[in-house]
Amino acid sequence: MSQTSVQAAHHTAPTGFIRKHVFSLDHKVIGIQYYGLALVAVVTGMVLSWIMRIHLVWPNSPIPGLQFLSKVGAPGGVVTPEYYLSLMTMHGTLMVFFVLTNAPFAAFGNYFLPIQIGAEDMAFPRFNMMSFWTTFVAFCILISAFFVGDGPPLSGWTAYAPLSAVGPDSGPGQGLGQTLWGLSIFVFCIASLLGSLNFIATTLDLRTKGMTLARMPICTWAWFITSCISLLAFAVLMPACLLLILDRIAGTSFFVPSGLNVSDHLQPHQGGSPLLWQHLFWFFGHPEVYIAILPAIGIVTHILINSMRKPMLSHRVLIYCMMAIGFLSYMVWGHHMFLSGMNPFSALVFSFPTLMITIPATIMTLIWLGSLYGSNLRINAASLFCLGFISMFVSGGVSGFFLAQPSIDIYLHATYFVVGHFHMVMGVAAIFGVFAGTYFWFPKATGRMMNETLGRLHFWFSFIGTYCIFMPFHYLGLAGNVRRYSAFTDDFLVPLVPVHKFITYAALFTGAAQLIFIFNLFYSRFKGAPAAANPWEATSLEWSTPSSPPPFDNFAGQHPVVYHDPYQYGVKTASGADYVMQTSPEKILTT
Amino acid sequence: MATTLQPPQTKLERKTRPNDGGIGGGFRLLVPEAGDLRAVADPKGEPTRTGIWVGLAAIAMTFAALTSALYVREGAATDWHHIVLPPILWFNTVALIASSVTLELAWKQVAAFMRGQISSRSRAMLWLNLTLILGLLFVIGQYVAWLKLRAQGLYLPTNPNSSFFYLLTGVHAVHVLGGLGGLSRVQLKFRGIAGPLRRSTMDATSYYWHFMGSLWLYLLFILWLKL
Repeated sequence: MSQTSVQAAHHTAPTGFIRKHVFSLDHKVIGIQYYGLALVAVVTGMVLSWIMRIHLVWPNSPIPGLQFLSKVGAPGGVVTPEYYLSLMTMHGTLMVFFVLTNAPFAAFGNYFLPIQIGAEDMAFPRFNMMSFWTTFVAFCILISAFFVGDGPPLSGWTAYAPLSAVGPDSGPGQGLGQTLWGLSIFVFCIASLLGSLNFIATTLDLRTKGMTLARMPICTWAWFITSCISLLAFAVLMPACLLLILDRIAGTSFFVPSGLNVSDHLQPHQGGSPLLWQHLFWFFGHPEVYIAILPAIGIVTHILINSMRKPMLSHRVLIYCMMAIGFLSYMVWGHHMFLSGMNPFSALVFSFPTLMITIPATIMTLIWLGSLYGSNLRINAASLFCLGFISMFVSGGVSGFFLAQPSIDIYLHATYFVVGHFHMVMGVAAIFGVFAGTYFWFPKATGRMMNETLGRLHFWFSFIGTYCIFMPFHYLGLAGNVRRYSAFTDDFLVPLVPVHKFITYAALFTGAAQLIFIFNLFYSRFKGAPAAANPWEATSLEWSTPSSPPPFDNFAGQHPVVYHDPYQYGVKTASGADYVMQTSPEKILTT
Repeated sequence: MATTLQPPQTKLERKTRPNDGGIGGGFRLLVPEAGDLRAVADPKGEPTRTGIWVGLAAIAMTFAALTSALYVREGAATDWHHIVLPPILWFNTVALIASSVTLELAWKQVAAFMRGQISSRSRAMLWLNLTLILGLLFVIGQYVAWLKLRAQGLYLPTNPNSSFFYLLTGVHAVHVLGGLGGLSRVQLKFRGIAGPLRRSTMDATSYYWHFMGSLWLYLLFILWLKL
């Protein structure tokens, strides 16, 4: 690449603490910042889920300290039904937006995409910095909802109108709390759009010499496809949030129908369509779940290939499958609305592409399994989490086949079956992808290895624990257990409480097991065993940087030249190694 | 299982631009000197160009969402009361289209200066200033249109038509203000105040501005058709 093309993202080495670690233009620092924010969000979200689970099985027991968070919502530490819904709303919002969109995509993508394509930095480093700090502001606005007047909103992360649109009449937290929620998500959308723009421009324009699109690692492809999906999806959520905020504070009637009487108050709106919110939200919402899973798919595939020491059966088909999923994700939003009262014929129109989208997902799964078969897989914490990902992706994905059919969904909609489905794919599989990426790339980002024993312990506890938590959800859903209930007092729900108790114990156990990971992460950062330059004997460009962590411009002023695709594993080389790095001009011999 | 690869491929650059001495797709330079503000070349990848198209795609998607919201809202209830569009909108439209024309003229003058064909910035600055003024006139005119609607008793929450009028014109005006910011930045760079002006920056800003004009024509059509 010529000298001038370097200037696209060139910035001088930062000096001073603020420039180096706070308002940094370096994509690596920004990636770590996103990861840190996701870590804070996931711990917060997990604590909220513990409170929810404890309340579900011991509804009258006080939770010590909670009364200090909310006197109204948890008097004496006992969670009220409304506060349960508020906790659920914040749990969902934090997890979907600030964990699942941030960690696999923004954190890992920001850190590794530029290095994997041989660039110095992202295309627009200042936009990159702005995008993280805008996300941070969005996070602060959301968290502030805990501490205002009535507390956080209770309409769910889906914030269905008219509940979310009418204001304080619809419950505690529906005043300022819901408005803060809308504002937070609006700001988050801006940040996401800036981030996606950066990813797309970087991938298309800053690839180093020899790095064709076909030679990009599959995780880079995943980040690129995700950023394309994300660009169009968040561009729809943003106006939706704006309309919601206007309904709440400006008296417009986009979503609130006429004659609505809430808490004995006739609402001053008329003519709005609650269905409009659902359309706008789910048009974003369905691509959003693929934004959550596709980067994890890319990371897991990338790590598995390295661990198997052989390429996947078809790298190209995997990429086409990811593209197909991205494309189809825009056609299926109505499958969240089968019971909304829309024309039943529309259910067919949405059900068909929903079932079609299972095809590329299945092809990918079969490629993974077919490639794993007969391979000499190196077992380590990262590859274990990859295997766990495949298991969870299949388990969680298969329940989607059922939900895709309107006739079955009539029964299963808004039950724990749905909750089990999306938690397995998003809450476990995607997070397993994040864990796998962490264990795999930790040596590159810090120059130290994470503790392998603790990593394997973390895996087994998490794997068994999450199956114990979320598999029973499907049974509960089939038994008719409705979701978003704060208590199970109906006759048909009471016999299910023992199952909920088991789940709660499993959840607390699995949550505690995550402490192993957090300890490992921070301990290894400072005291971990020093890592070799390429501890996994990997081929992609990030392993050819001169140091770990890489210098601020990634390649110390050099511009790598790429000669091969990234998956030359299991090859015969002159040096005796079974892999050839992308930057090595070595010819590859046939077997 | 190993495969044999062909020898390393070295031909990977797109040959879309003529050989310009390796400085990429920027302005061809006659007299590049150290410190000469005209001595700026674009990188081969030109992420600014990709970036602006990506950004415009996102903005288009936002307005597509708002349009679909308008259609759904119209069909949701029987309270769709047609409003009369304030006539000043037509004047604003002329101002915005004229600003696109002046921007194109400015572009040509900037290019001529960058190529060393002319030595004075004044004509380019004149057209750039005119563009800014016309853009500002547009925004002020939109505000006047809002005042006119208010004079008729039509506020944001009055009825869905007025809501969408304020919403669509307001969101568009915010984006136009952003475009004015971009144009001001181009002006500062052209004058040498905020770093050198790259061709890709000039191009990206003008694409954005022309898109705002086209978007306004589309919105005007929708407003006229629906409201």
